[in-house]
Order: sequence, then structure tokens, then C-alpha cells
Amino acid sequence: MALLEVRSISKDFGGLRAIDHLDFHVEEGEIVSVIGPNGAGKTTLFNLITGIFQPDEGEIIFDGHNLVGLRPDEITRLGLARTFQTVRLFFNMTVLENVMVGLHGRTHAGILDTILSLPRQREEEEFIRQQAIDALSFFGTRLIGFRLNQPAFVLSYANRRRLEIARAMATGAKLLLLDEPTAGMNPRETLELTELIGRLRDEKGYTIVLIEHDMRVVKGVSDRVVVLDYGRKIAEGTYEEVAHNERVLEAYLGRKAVRSA
Amino acid sequence: MAKIAPVPEEAVLEDVRLKAPEVSLEQAAKLGGVAGIVAVFVSANGMVQAFAERDIISGILSMGYALLFLVPLIIAYLAAREPPVLEGFEAPQKGPRNVVAGLIVGAITGLFLVLFVLLASAVNLRRVFINISPQLLDLLTFGQGSGGLVLLAAGSLLMGAAGGLTQLLEAKWRRALWGAVAWTLLIGLLEVIVAQLFRGLGLNVLAPFFYAGTGGLTPVGAAIVFVIAFLYYWAVVPKVNQWQHAYAQMPAERQRSVRLSAVVAAVIVVAVTPQVLGPFVSEVLDLVGIFLLMGLGLNIVVGFAGLLDLGYVAFFAVGAYTTAILTSPASPRWSPEMSFWAALPFVILAAALAGIIVGTPVLRMRGDYLAIVTLGFGEIARLLLLSDWLRPVFGGAQGILKIPNLSIGPIVFRTPVDMFYPIVGFCLLAAYVSWKLKNSRIGRAWMAMREDEQVAEAMGVDIVEIKLKAFIVGAVIASFGGALFAVKIGSVFPHSFSLLVSITVLVLVIVGGLGSIPGVVVGTLALVGLPELLREFQEYRLLAYGVLLILMMLYRPEGLLPTKQWVRELHEEELMQDAWLKMEEDRRRAQAQAQTSQGDLPPAQPEEA
Repeated sequence: MALLEVRSISKDFGGLRAIDHLDFHVEEGEIVSVIGPNGAGKTTLFNLITGIFQPDEGEIIFDGHNLVGLRPDEITRLGLARTFQTVRLFFNMTVLENVMVGLHGRTHAGILDTILSLPRQREEEEFIRQQAIDALSFFGTRLIGFRLNQPAFVLSYANRRRLEIARAMATGAKLLLLDEPTAGMNPRETLELTELIGRLRDEKGYTIVLIEHDMRVVKGVSDRVVVLDYGRKIAEGTYEEVAHNERVLEAYLGRKAVRSA
Repeated sequence: MAKIAPVPEEAVLEDVRLKAPEVSLEQAAKLGGVAGIVAVFVSANGMVQAFAERDIISGILSMGYALLFLVPLIIAYLAAREPPVLEGFEAPQKGPRNVVAGLIVGAITGLFLVLFVLLASAVNLRRVFINISPQLLDLLTFGQGSGGLVLLAAGSLLMGAAGGLTQLLEAKWRRALWGAVAWTLLIGLLEVIVAQLFRGLGLNVLAPFFYAGTGGLTPVGAAIVFVIAFLYYWAVVPKVNQWQHAYAQMPAERQRSVRLSAVVAAVIVVAVTPQVLGPFVSEVLDLVGIFLLMGLGLNIVVGFAGLLDLGYVAFFAVGAYTTAILTSPASPRWSPEMSFWAALPFVILAAALAGIIVGTPVLRMRGDYLAIVTLGFGEIARLLLLSDWLRPVFGGAQGILKIPNLSIGPIVFRTPVDMFYPIVGFCLLAAYVSWKLKNSRIGRAWMAMREDEQVAEAMGVDIVEIKLKAFIVGAVIASFGGALFAVKIGSVFPHSFSLLVSITVLVLVIVGGLGSIPGVVVGTLALVGLPELLREFQEYRLLAYGVLLILMMLYRPEGLLPTKQWVRELHEEELMQDAWLKMEEDRRRAQAQAQTSQGDLPPAQPEEA
């Protein structure tokens, strides 16, 4: 059975149909890219899966649970975490604290445990710290050491993206939804991140869905590519298959351009 | 198509060191106008006259004159200060221009004051401005009639010049000078405390030496305070960094013993404080402590979790009334006459419940909406306590009397001096709880929610749970304040729980620094303690709060003792600007270097070769 299965979901914003009877599935251990022109409904799809919006129709099944009707935090605790297209870190918290927040849903210490400083709470706090450092170490030395206690806003753009991924990893998710992880990066950083996405799956065992505009990244990492246009799936397959699909070219370049080509 | 002319590289390279702007005299003139208006305002609203009753330095300086002349002094100091120098810019030379800026401020202030006096003596303004009395005009002209006008203008000019001149001093001297002035004024004002301190320490002989019978420091006493404070800032303060460094270098064991002795010293100071300071000052300190408790609680709700609560007094009332009902034999409906400690768990329970009641309806609200709704809750609480409907429970406007004193076993806390200890105890508890929670899973979730609620939720934080927890912890801490207030006063009335309490607590949290625990302490001492000690001040308390809030929001939004996090947040753009400028400069330097090394000169040899 697929790890994530989206069954015929739709979402209207007023009169605009952002997602239209979309079917979509992700197998465990797969890297799936979602592409499409601006306004195709890619980020809306992520928002529906993570519970920020509720679909008007359809079902979203993740790991045997129906996600429709659940709150974002409940969905995250089931093992599904995301990053945001416009980097949304907790900018006034330190790098380490940002990732530690990711572990919130996996830990339990309450107010009384904390005030009484029970051994259980202290162990848990140490666990949180350790896990957070582990997640950050995945990016080599970029985010650890002296960086740990720096506020997130001093980070470079690429490091902010990395920190967002580390924070999503810390939630203990099985499936990561990465919304344009290379946006705003230079070619070298993009290449590095492409390789990193592959390592996330191969070494850490994450299943990954990413929205991406940079076709080199899409080509480099995806097992499968799903193309959206006007909220519908217009093509699906390997990069090569999709890249030569006439409907896809049409969606990206326009009908006329494709004909004259 | 028009060709875009390329920017010549050399043109950019010429001004590698940009000059930062000099002190603006035009700006000084504007600030002078501000100073003039402020000086006239404090005269016309009666502050100068009311404060003139109290001497700071006996026979030389009254609080009224101090207020009047501090205006041109401080504003001249600010006007004579160069605009901040960004990294990569060259600071301008200090010089006569700074003093001129100060003089401009002094002159304009003097002019405004003189015109004010002339106007007030020519036209009777008292029908509208009842405080513009002949006595005020007498004060402003130093009792010299029209000749005094010259004195007034000269005094103002002198203050302006002094403000400008201090800008010429080296930072070390400047800090020492201002520090000494501030301490002299403060010690002069706090005669009650300091004289009591001498008495309590058995140094009674010293008191008449420092303080004149008419109040205020003697000139000799003032000089001594000035010199001591000056030396402190000049010699001791610069060393603090070294000491901190030395402490960090110590082996762990020595560090522990240093810490231990600090704790022991603190305990001793706390233990003897109320005894030495006597009942009046202890009374003030008790009040400060109760506000401090509320400040610490509200700091969790507003500072950590970012939930602006304007009805915080409701929780204070819950604590006070629960205690009153459960402990007083005179509680109207039902009087179990419990002891304070037996009632405490019920107080906590009632406060937690109140936190949930206020928290639940506002779960989906943020910012302004939350503030308005909580404001409503605060008023509802007060009106319920006052209502005829609940009179059989809460006693209506008559409140509940005969609340017994707090006691532990045979020890009964009767006097303000006694009450100081339990209040300090609860404050320490609240500070510990704040500190502990701040660095925990819950505290991080609060801060994450403050930063970005939606993302916090997407990271697995249950917003409903964490918001309620913030309200509950805040409510329980405030209820401790209420419980102590009830046993301290011995009775509770609805009018004690007005909106003003909520506002005061919020102001002291904001002034101290949102989210900062030491900030709350300083804020409470300055905003609750000081006005209690200076009774002349009472009438102008709200005016001062308002002015202070506006100034803080404009010039120091992170508060007096901010947490590092808030400093970062509020100066973020400036930091980024600095970083960018530095980067730009480095780039230019590198380019300039590249150019020169490409010239005829041979490349520089490495030094070691």
C-alpha cells in the first residue's frame, strides 16, 4: 500500500477551483516531484495534505490514517512534516531551539514535570537536545558548533533552507514535504542540496515529496514526476516521460509555442 | 534602444571611507522647540510647583527646579550627539559644533519659558490652566520679578551648554559624570529610604550630616554622594567585564564557592532589608513585591507566549477573593475559615479555572482582538464582584473583611515588615518557575507560537493546549499575588481590582523588557516603588506612564533590560544594514587592492621572506 494516497480531493477558494479531483500517491521510499506552472495548485496541495486547509471533497490517507479533519499538529505527529516556500523559521530563536521545537510533538514533559525538574523531564530535555543536534549534523558542520546558539535570522539564505529541513526532520517524520527547497540558492548550493535530498532518502530512509521549479533538481532526484495545471494532474511518470509529454510542454510554454517548435 | 552608460569603477572607488553626517544644527533647533514645549508643559501642569516642595539638595536645588532644568540639559545632550555611525563610515570630529547644538537647545528652551512667563503675567490663564498660579511665576522668576527672567533664560542656556559640553568628554568620563548626577538626584529623592537605612544600621549620627532637617541632601552630603558615584563609574564599572572574565576562568569548584557566597550574601541582605528599612519602606516593598509577582506572571503570557492580555487583573481578583472567602470568618455566605495554606490549593484551582475560562473563547484570536476581549473579561470580573446579584457570595461593594493574618505554625505575619518574607518567597518561586519554563519544551513552544503560530502548529505544537497552559500559569502566579494582597490588607473590595492594575502591570513588563525576568524586577521598582515613595508624584503617575510608554516604544522598544532575543528582533534591520555595509566595504577594499597591485609597483613581498 502507498504511504500517502490522495483520493480525488478538491478545493475551492470562492469561485476559483484550486485543486480539482486530484488523485496522487507516494510509495514508501520514493522521491516524487510535483511541478507545474505558477498557480497550478502545488502549494495548495501541500497545505491540504498538512491540514492547513481542509479539502472540500476527497480523502487523504497517510500510513493508514485519514488526514481529513485533523489539525496540522496532529498530522505532523502522525509522521508528516513540511518546509515552506517562503522560509518560515522562528527567526528570534536560536538555531538549536528552532530544531528543538520540531521535537515538541514527540515529547511529553508538562508544566509540573518541568517546574519540579523531575529526572524524567531532564532526560527528555537531554534527548531533545541530542536529537536536534543529530538532525543538524546531517548538514555537516554548517549548522553546528558556534552556530547552534546563534539566532536563526543571522543565517544565510541557503542555511535558512537547511535549518528548515532539519526542523522538519526533528519531528520524526517518515514523509517530508519540501516546498521549493532550492529557491533563491546559487547553482553550487542547488547542486549540493540536490545531492542532499538523495541522501535524505538513502541514508535516513525518508520518503520525499518536493515542489520544484529548477528542472535540473527535478531531473537529478525524482523517481517520479507529477505535473499539475489548473489544479489537475496532467501528466505523471519519470522525468524523461514527462519532459516529452505534449500537454506538459503546452502548459509550460503555451499551445502556440509548442506547435511552432 | 538607448545605451545605458556603465558606471565608472574609479568613481565608486574614490570615496572608500564615507564620512558619517555631522551634528545637525537644524535638528538641534527642532529639539530645542521640543524642549521648550516640554518645559512649559511641566510648568503649566503644576509639576514644577508641586515638586518644588521637596528639596533634593537643601537650599540649593528643589525637585521642581531639577525637573525644569533637566529638560534642556538632557535634550541638549541628545541634540549634541552625532547620529549613529554605521560600520564603514568615518565618525566626524567632535568640536565646537556639538556645544553650539547644545546652546541652541538651551536658548530656545529659555526663550519659550520667558515668553510663557510674560504671557502668563500679562493675561490671566488660570480659568483654563488652574495650575498657572502667581506662585508658579514666582518660582520661575526665582522671586526676582522681571529680573528673574534673565536668570531663567541664563539658567536654561547654561544647561544647554552643559549638555553640549558633556558630548565632548571621553565616553568613560561622560558615563561617570552622568552616573554621578543621576545618583545624586536619586539619593536626594530617596531621603526616606536612605535616612531610614542609617537609622536601621545604627549610623544615626551620619543622617544629619547627609540630610538637612528640611529634607534633601546637605550640600556636603551631595558632594560626597557625587564623588562616590563618580569614582564608582570611573573606576569600578569598567572592571566588571574583567571580573566576569576572571570568574569564567576559575575552576568549577571555585566558581561554585563564589556562587554559594553570593547566594548567602543575597539571603542575608533579604533577611535584614525589612528590619533595617522599617515599616513604611517595607510597606512599599510589599506592594512592589505583589506587583512583581503579577509582572512575572504577565511576562509569561505576553513576553513568552505573545498573548496580549489587558484583563490580567481578573486573575489577581480571583486569588484575592478565593482567599478571602475561604479564610475569613466574615465571608458572607459560607465561611470554612481555613488557614491560608489550606486555602492555597483552592486558590490555584480557582485561578487555573479562571485561566481556562478566559483562555478558551480567545483560542483562535491574536493580537488586537485578543487584547480587546481580555480587556472585557477584566471589567466583567470587577463588575461581577460589585454586583448585587452575587452580593451574597462576594459581599458587593462592602467586600469581605476580617481576613486573618498569614501564619506558619506559631509565627504570625502581622506587620508589613513580616509580610516582606512570604512575598519575597512567592516572588522567588515565580521567578524560578518562569526561568525553568522558559528553557523547556513548553517555553520553546510558547516562543515558537509568538514567532509564527501557523508554523508552530505545523511543527507539531498543539496551539490550543499551549495557549491554555500560558493562561493557566499566568493566572496562577497572579492569584498568588491576589492571595498575598488579601492577607496583607486584611480585606478585599471590588474597587481594588480596576483596569488600572492591568495597565500598570503591562506597563512595567513592557518598560522592563518583554520576556526578560530581570527587566520585570527593574520595571516594578521604578514604576511602582518610586511613585509610592514620592508622594508628590502620585498625581502625575499616569502622565509619567504614558510618556514613558511612548518614549520606550519610539527609542527603546525592547525595554530597559531586554532579553537578547528581543534586542535581536527589534534591531534586526539595523544589524542587517550593518552587515551589508561591512560586506560592501570589504568588497571595495578588495577591488581597490586588486587595482593597486595591478599597477606598476611590484607585488608586495610576504613579510617573512
